[in-house]
Amino acid sequence: MTNCPNEVVQYMHEYLDGEIAPEQEQVLNEHLATCEECQMLFDELSEAVALLELADPMQAPVGFAEGVMTRLPQSTQQKKKTGVNRWLRKHPMLSAAALFLILMSAALFSSYNTNEQFSVTMQPNLVIEGDTVVVPAGEVIKGDLVVKNGDLRIEGQVDGNVTVIRGEKYMASTAVVTGNIEEIDELFDWLWYKMKTAFKGLTPDKTENQDTE
Amino acid sequence: MDELINKRINEVLKGNQDSFEEIVLLFQNRLYHVCYRMLGSREEAQDIAQEAFVRAYSNLHTFDQKRKFSTWIFRIATNLCIDRIRKKKPDYSLDAQVPGTEGLDMYSQIAAAEDLPEEEVERMETQERVQYEIGRLPEKYRSVITLRYMEELPLQEIADILDLPLGTVKTRVHRGREALRKQIGTM
Repeated sequence: MTNCPNEVVQYMHEYLDGEIAPEQEQVLNEHLATCEECQMLFDELSEAVALLELADPMQAPVGFAEGVMTRLPQSTQQKKKTGVNRWLRKHPMLSAAALFLILMSAALFSSYNTNEQFSVTMQPNLVIEGDTVVVPAGEVIKGDLVVKNGDLRIEGQVDGNVTVIRGEKYMASTAVVTGNIEEIDELFDWLWYKMKTAFKGLTPDKTENQDTE
Repeated sequence: MDELINKRINEVLKGNQDSFEEIVLLFQNRLYHVCYRMLGSREEAQDIAQEAFVRAYSNLHTFDQKRKFSTWIFRIATNLCIDRIRKKKPDYSLDAQVPGTEGLDMYSQIAAAEDLPEEEVERMETQERVQYEIGRLPEKYRSVITLRYMEELPLQEIADILDLPLGTVKTRVHRGREALRKQIGTM
């Protein structure tokens, strides 16, 4: 083999790859006919290939595909595209509640921050002194009283609930309030108060929403 | 074939997970076979072939439908097999001496673990013998030989799967055959 042409081994592989050109195949055949050593090498290579070709094809084990399906991540594809939609469709009640809360809180926060003006529920016999609302002694206010961003001084009587938002409340010894008295100055209290009043008005609406889902 | 697969792929991409099972059924035997030949263990072959399908599913949106799906899924599977084979290799130095022995290094330990005595090899059944010889090939020859002779894939497709130049694939097939010849010859 020492004085064999270098390309003969290359031709053997090209032959085994099925990629040999006819003229090269002829060179190979002629050489193999005269060189015992190269013929042996070629036989051994062919034998190695023959062994590989004996390999039986194999079947995937039973349950292979089901195994893949259980290993799939829980709908990665859908999550990327329609995860939110799917969630909304699956949980209509929660979606309605969530939407309601988002809108409500947005409205509440904005009104908490922007509505800094002094305001009061107008009742005929109230007296307003600057930022202070006074229920004069001897007067009776019929109905609820709400004071925003201002103080309240009660000397007379209120037939209803009293609510003071971000303000001070002074009660004279003569003061009488027949309903609840509430003072609100923290954000949380404010939210709670707003929600209580909002729910009173909105509860029927909300159940309607849920029914239509 | 490609048209059918792309149809199923689009169904999966639209959110129909069940269509993926049909894709799995079309390729499971070939993929499992390649993994088994490369890893030599049925359990590992099943694990890695299933993992390949899971990865394909998760990255299905990146598959270019103008290309062959089989090439893509085979690439995922062979990469996973190669990673697994490399992880199994010891990370300590092969030249280090085995403690308590004289002149024994890790090479002799590995050789002792992988090469069976001649009589035992001769007693093997054909199928066992084929797998034994493939398993003894170095990993870079094992992947090309497996794809070439177990899957009977064209050299160009093997180059696409392994992301290697065609010339490199040819060289590896030649060297792989040469290595096999020597393995069998020493028996």
